[in-house]
Amino acid sequence: MESAEAETSDSRSEEDGAVPGSGFPPPEQPVAAAATMEDCLAKKMEITISEAEKRTGRNAVNMQETYTAYLIETRAVESQSEGQCAPVDSLWRRYSEFELLRNYLSVTYPHIVVPPLPEKRADFVWHKLSADNMDPDFVERRRIGLENFLLRVASHPVLCQDKIFYSFLTQESGWKEMVNETGFQLKADSRLKALNATFRVKNPDKRFTELKHYSDELQSVISHLLRVRARVADRLYGVYKVHGNYGRVFSEWSAIEKEMGDGLQSAGHHMDVYAASIDDILEEEEHYADQLKEYLFYAEALRAVCRKHELMQYDLEMAAQDLTSKKQQCEELATGTVRTFSLKGMTSKLFGQETPEQREAKIKVLEEQIQEGEEQLKSKNLEGRDFVKSAWADIERFKEQKNHDLKEALISYAVMQISMCKKGIQVWTNAKECFSKM
Amino acid sequence: MEAEGRVPAPLLTLLSPGGGGGTEADPDPHPAAGAPGAARGPLLAAAAEVLSLDDEEDDLEVFSKDTSLAEVNSFSPSMPISPSSMINQYKFEDEPELRDLFITVDDPESHITAIETFITYRVVTKTSRGEFDSSEYEVRRRYQDFLWLKSKLEEAHPTLIIPPLPEKFIMKGMVERFSDEFIETRRKALHKFLNRIADHPTLTFNEDFKIFLTAQAWELSSHKKQGPSLLSRMGQTVRAVASSVRGGVKNRPEMFTEMNDYMETFSQKINVLDKIAHRIFKEEKEYFNEMKEYGPIHTLWSASEEDVADSLKGVASCIDKCCKATEKRMAGLSENLLPILHEYVLYSEILMGVLKRRDQIQGELDSKVDALANKKTEKDLFSEEIGKLEDKVECANNALKADWDRWKQNMQCDMRSTFINVAENNLHYYEECLATWESFLASQTVDLHVEEDSEDRP
Repeated sequence: MESAEAETSDSRSEEDGAVPGSGFPPPEQPVAAAATMEDCLAKKMEITISEAEKRTGRNAVNMQETYTAYLIETRAVESQSEGQCAPVDSLWRRYSEFELLRNYLSVTYPHIVVPPLPEKRADFVWHKLSADNMDPDFVERRRIGLENFLLRVASHPVLCQDKIFYSFLTQESGWKEMVNETGFQLKADSRLKALNATFRVKNPDKRFTELKHYSDELQSVISHLLRVRARVADRLYGVYKVHGNYGRVFSEWSAIEKEMGDGLQSAGHHMDVYAASIDDILEEEEHYADQLKEYLFYAEALRAVCRKHELMQYDLEMAAQDLTSKKQQCEELATGTVRTFSLKGMTSKLFGQETPEQREAKIKVLEEQIQEGEEQLKSKNLEGRDFVKSAWADIERFKEQKNHDLKEALISYAVMQISMCKKGIQVWTNAKECFSKM
Repeated sequence: MEAEGRVPAPLLTLLSPGGGGGTEADPDPHPAAGAPGAARGPLLAAAAEVLSLDDEEDDLEVFSKDTSLAEVNSFSPSMPISPSSMINQYKFEDEPELRDLFITVDDPESHITAIETFITYRVVTKTSRGEFDSSEYEVRRRYQDFLWLKSKLEEAHPTLIIPPLPEKFIMKGMVERFSDEFIETRRKALHKFLNRIADHPTLTFNEDFKIFLTAQAWELSSHKKQGPSLLSRMGQTVRAVASSVRGGVKNRPEMFTEMNDYMETFSQKINVLDKIAHRIFKEEKEYFNEMKEYGPIHTLWSASEEDVADSLKGVASCIDKCCKATEKRMAGLSENLLPILHEYVLYSEILMGVLKRRDQIQGELDSKVDALANKKTEKDLFSEEIGKLEDKVECANNALKADWDRWKQNMQCDMRSTFINVAENNLHYYEECLATWESFLASQTVDLHVEEDSEDRP
């Protein structure tokens, strides 16, 4: 008897031609082909988060709390021939509801790299930037981040079709209950189980192992980069602001100088301009940092997909192992030979043999179990293969998106640096002119 | 007007055998009638008269050797100078073609003896002046020698602005006494010190200055031991303290009160500027340190990417180039702005001192005048003394006024060129960074267009 094989996904990796995102639908929803780029929700509906508002209320334990609510506005995109603008629908959501939505999506679509939310608390902060959640700049950046999240989901071929997502955008009351009713929390894999699988899985798909390493590296390098960037921003702020001191001293000095006075005074003014210019420059850079942060958090989403694969593969391997051992037991009982040492075998040898009837019964049970096991193994294999196929398709989509976005981010960084340099040249040219008049 | 500045040839050779540069006794053919000490104007104006007066010969010698106007120790009459002649001479002095004394300070060397370790600097002088026996000199001097020279100059010219010397020790910062950076900073400052003296219309002819530039080590030490005795030097200090009590402030001419007020404010401002400049340097340095780490992270990242690797490497290279540009900017600060501001911090102290000394000289006169008011009987004796003191005060005032104007012009010039240099440094920095990022951007947009084109193709 051969031992059941836990198929690895490697042998199936060449199978292509599948429609991206297909083949792993959540059971509650009808099987639908994934939306193409033209059909996805983002093209049919304008989604914006236009406002943020501070609210106070009572939380679950009846304590007073302050939180920020965000106004989501949606409007159907009319075809051009109609000419009229559709009315705007809007509703308010707070951050915790976004979190609920994302958790639902992650559990329901484990093969999808689910877009991440902007950070809950301000991280990688350089000292002049506030770490306060209520700080207006932080709230503004978070508004942009949440809007970005919604747009990402709405443009994803699979996720955009989700009903819960649609209700999140359109149905203010009763949404929370609707989500909880899906029972998605029950489907969530326990972290412990996942960790266990990570260590014990024997034959994961090589591509996923590589992807896991990549996402670890990505996480590590982006956090390092963000940390250093924050320090650089801090120092740059210092350099610019110290120049502001020139303004006052030059002005006071110019009061006692007859010929030098005008030059000094006007130069001082330019130094003030120089010192003030850093605020806008660094605020723009925060947006760049936010773009990098999104991919820092995306790395975590990648890891989640890898973890799911490891879990499924481990499950598969365990099932195969179980089947093998049952088959072995069956064989031993049938032939009376003990292949491997087992306590049962020893005790039965020592304390007397079973009756043939007992042995027959046991064999029958085992054969039933083996039958069941083989069916289960087959379906698990199928599940595994489907998962790998659809996950990998989404990962390819993600890779392209990531490469495009990162390139754009780096270009925008260069544009920011160029603008900063041009401002600097202007100020110092003016200052030089003033100094020449001294 | 050139005529005023030129000394008629025969006088020139007699007054200063070397020919060249202006001397104190520049006869002004058109004395300003209203100038202080106008009574002595005609003496100067009539060049021939100066020559014919035998009892003036001592003063002539004094002039060719040591152009001090007011010997603190002696009661010898000093040759008053009309302000206009001094101003003319100052303009004359600044024409570069007429420079006849070139000094460099270089080649610091360490000397280790049983007692101490010290540094000497090589001082090379090239000159065409006649009073110098040779046209080229090379001597070695240590910091102590410079200190000696400075104190001799202050002694001889209490109301002239003697250029600043670098400090003995730098307390702030972590520059060690004998670090290369410290020695180089000091060397540059010593070089400037000697050249400023050489450019000064009066100080350049000081005898101690000449000895400093030309004497061998043993000659210098023996010369140092001569000079006014300790006792007389103490007497000078006592007198200075005594007159400082009275201050000489009450009869102080308006002009000097204005100078005092100016210097107080200037001193404040220059000290603040010095602090600001150091702070900017410090911030730039810390920025540089962080930037050093920033570029390499992008290179590290590029190792795990494929498509984006080139862009990441490009950004890394840009950041590294900007980092180097920042280093250059810092160097510019420390080579130019910081030393100049520091010098003017020292200058502000020197100028306050000069103003005080002028007040002291005035104070001597005032106290004698007050004493005279009480002792009507010794009027004759006192009036001669007072006459001499009045001369002294007038000379001091004139010397100071002329030197002050000169100092202010130089200060304006120095400040203008230093700050222009700061602006240029920053411009170079930003221009370099701009070029770097623009070329990166150009390379990226080319790539993007190539990609877009390949996507459009069916």
